[in-house]
Amino acid sequence: MIHKNLAKELAASALQMVWFIVLLFPFLVMKVSVTAGTALVRFRWGSLPAIAIVSFIASFAWGRALEWNSHRGDKEQKRTPLTPIKEAIAAALARKPIRRVVLLVLLAAVAVYPFALGMYHTNIMITALIYVILALGLNIVVGLGGLLNLGYAAFFAVGAYTYGLLWKFVGPSFVSAGIATGWLFWIALPIAGTIAVVFGILLSLPVLRLRGDYLAIITLAFGEIVRMVLQNSGPVTGGATGISLIPRPWLLGLKLPPKQAATYIYYIVIVLVILTIFVVRRIEDSRVGRALEAMREDEIACEAMGIDLVRNKLSTFALGAFWAGIAGVVLAAQTTYINPDSFTLWESIMVLMAIVIGGTGSIPGAIGGALLLKLLPEYFRPLAQYRILIYGVAMIVIIIFKPDGLFPRNRKKYTFDAQATEPQAGEAQK
Amino acid sequence: MDYFLKLFLSGTAKGSIYALIALGYTMVYGIVQLINFAHGEVYMIGGFTALIVGGFLFSLGVSTPVVLLVSILAAVLYSAAFGFTIERVAYRPLRNKTRLSALISAIGISLILQNFILLAQTEKYLSFPSYLPELKFLLPVREYINSTQFIILVTTAIVMVALTFLIKFTRIGKAMRATAQDKQMALLVGVNINQVISVTFIIGSALAAIGGILICSYMGQINYYIGFVAGIKAFVAAVLGGIGSIPGAVLGSFILGWTESLGTGYISSDYEDAFAFIILILILILKPDGILGKNQKQKV
Amino acid sequence: MTNTNAPILEIKNLSMVFGGLRAIDDVSLHIKKGEICALIGPNGAGKTTIFNCITGVYKPTEGSVAIQPGDGPAEHIHGLKPNIINRKGLARTFQNIRLFSNMTVLENVMIGRHNSLQAGIFKAIIRDRATREEEQRLIDESHEILKKMGLAMFINETARNLPYGAQRRLEIARALATDPFLLLLDEPVAGMNPHETKELEETINLIRDRENVTILLIEHDMSLVMNVSERIYVLDYGRLIAEGPPVEIKSNPEVIKAYLGE
Repeated sequence: MIHKNLAKELAASALQMVWFIVLLFPFLVMKVSVTAGTALVRFRWGSLPAIAIVSFIASFAWGRALEWNSHRGDKEQKRTPLTPIKEAIAAALARKPIRRVVLLVLLAAVAVYPFALGMYHTNIMITALIYVILALGLNIVVGLGGLLNLGYAAFFAVGAYTYGLLWKFVGPSFVSAGIATGWLFWIALPIAGTIAVVFGILLSLPVLRLRGDYLAIITLAFGEIVRMVLQNSGPVTGGATGISLIPRPWLLGLKLPPKQAATYIYYIVIVLVILTIFVVRRIEDSRVGRALEAMREDEIACEAMGIDLVRNKLSTFALGAFWAGIAGVVLAAQTTYINPDSFTLWESIMVLMAIVIGGTGSIPGAIGGALLLKLLPEYFRPLAQYRILIYGVAMIVIIIFKPDGLFPRNRKKYTFDAQATEPQAGEAQK
Repeated sequence: MDYFLKLFLSGTAKGSIYALIALGYTMVYGIVQLINFAHGEVYMIGGFTALIVGGFLFSLGVSTPVVLLVSILAAVLYSAAFGFTIERVAYRPLRNKTRLSALISAIGISLILQNFILLAQTEKYLSFPSYLPELKFLLPVREYINSTQFIILVTTAIVMVALTFLIKFTRIGKAMRATAQDKQMALLVGVNINQVISVTFIIGSALAAIGGILICSYMGQINYYIGFVAGIKAFVAAVLGGIGSIPGAVLGSFILGWTESLGTGYISSDYEDAFAFIILILILILKPDGILGKNQKQKV
Repeated sequence: MTNTNAPILEIKNLSMVFGGLRAIDDVSLHIKKGEICALIGPNGAGKTTIFNCITGVYKPTEGSVAIQPGDGPAEHIHGLKPNIINRKGLARTFQNIRLFSNMTVLENVMIGRHNSLQAGIFKAIIRDRATREEEQRLIDESHEILKKMGLAMFINETARNLPYGAQRRLEIARALATDPFLLLLDEPVAGMNPHETKELEETINLIRDRENVTILLIEHDMSLVMNVSERIYVLDYGRLIAEGPPVEIKSNPEVIKAYLGE
């Protein structure tokens, strides 16, 4: 029986192989180049066996995986070999002393990171952590509020340019007054957060009536308009060349050399990440956060429960925008140079991908997703040219086989002392 | 007035191309409610197929009309095949999942196709040979319209008529309309939903291939990234007109073409791409479901 | 309990037009304090549309909707937004269940109590003592409501995973959590088996007797309608064709005609 099926599957895979060879032939075997207006084509027959083998194996594996995936849903969460390990970890973490130790080890590792690994890795980590802040912020909008925002990079840009413009226009008077320009960073943080919030509210006003995909496309439009305005307002924003020589933050009036400055920014961004996690967690587990989630689940029922959707949407966009503004300032300080190219639609999509891959609506998901998406490609340099291709494949595989993301949210469970409910609770879980 | 007419005609040509791509978006959206982010890439594939097949045939010394015909045919077939394959591989397994999942999958496909062409072919801009013939009778009016623009207009008109016929009168067209209205009901009356979805992707992709060849001939160049920008614009056009509505996609495309053309002509060329988005925001604020979109009161 | 006969909800000459279709045509009805009243009629008669007009989902084309929960003057509510109307004490359930399906049962009810709390964003972040106490009170109150509705064993379940009957009960629990004086139930027993229906019948009576909530319900299940309601309105093609106690309605020739056709 199994053999018969296997033969059938192999035949199907062979057929798919033929399909893919035909489909890919003009692109992988033929190669076009254009000289003096005429297209020249040469053939790379050598790649043909590789296409055949890869597409055969991939077709077969894909078919099996899909089959496995569709059966998996039938039985309630089958125990895998990993289940006892997972349970053991969860049980250990549930105990306070162990949790403390783990947290301390983690904090120690985070603290020595820049000294242990050096400036190169520290800078990569800073970029990844900036994305963690962005992902946590966007997670409020998309994960909790359910409002698909494809223009999130605009708020990131607002933050970065707030610092950039502050430097460009206020910086000189700082210099002439003899005040350390390193203080500008700290001034820029709250201002950028506030301005980003204002932009968030401005954006949400026209989109209050829109739902779903219309909202997505209009936020996309907003993001692109902001970027184009930055690009075309040369006298103010520096146009396509942007703003350069933005100061890094100083340590108590002391200008640091680049290496130490990177370490300093690293610690600043760590504190900001912890602050973001703290705030986002508090919001998630509060009256406000629940109202946002209710809006995501069902707008009509949400309104029927007495929740003001307009206010809800405004606060969603404002909360999300705030963190993007903060992240923007850190980006400007780290790279000391900003231009509109850092804030394209692609950037918004990257952040969205991070939260979906990590697990929409999940804080560990946003963190894990952002770190994975930013760190893995950096450490796959040998595969540099293939990394975006691998990225794309990974996205599809994850979304099909792990639709709740890699680190899905564990909803808060409530316990009550009332004994009456206990035996029934046990029953319900059967 | 002359200047206006010129801008208007070039806007119309541009709008026609947007329309060919926007139709694919709107048809797919109408049936599976998915923003097919990879649609732009399908049209890029069409352009490359034409370039590769055309280049190969030229080198064999085949006559120009035959090259033109065969390479267009190849582009249409290959785009259709890619559209079909994409749906089977990346969208079908997600059919009953959230719409965000399918959107992410679409973005994944978009990345894969862009980088596939980047790696397998080239990252450079290639000049796209002008396959399209020079129309002599247009010489007196070439101030206003060149032959590429003229061919674009005529091709789009023919394609529109054919598509309208297909959707209005054929069996599969009726099945498509039924599926778009109520998938469950269509299933109950015996419509093969999988087949309808596949056909929708095939038709949409084929139209995109035609759009791809036209736009590459018009711009005179091609690279792996051209699908992205044009894809976004075409999507904007589809939303403008009311996504899911076929006449809406065409109308939205023309409005977009005219806006861009007149905007760059009279205001500033720096903001060419911004006009599309500004008009989108304005229209959606006034009419949240697009110009011809059905104002569907959500059923409570 | 002075003034028991004063209507707490009064609809006058209500009409709702969609395009060319008159979904509701000049309907007037009233609900008295403390009664259980049913709205019946064939499919498409406009029952849910009336609910939508009362709760603010639709803006009625003509006519008025007024409430008078206390001794004060009557207050017009037509045209207000759904969340405002809910805050004035009208809560509803939906014909096609609309739970917050990815949230837990307890959280669903907690959202119902949203407006009994004040904490805003800043308080949520700071989480001072008052906010913590408020949150704990919210949890306890929601738990109480779930116990009353016989859903206490499900508190931590995701709403989506509940059995069908329990989902309908949860919708009622969630509506009750908003502290309404008038509860509008849209086909509360649709899809339930006879045993579940019987249970819900008791629950509806309990809600009215113990919580002092007036109830207006739409239902196709005639045994439930005849058993619980004191007064029945019958709607056909958007028009009111009969009103009266169950016995009268049962034998009303107009009603029989509407249901059975000619």
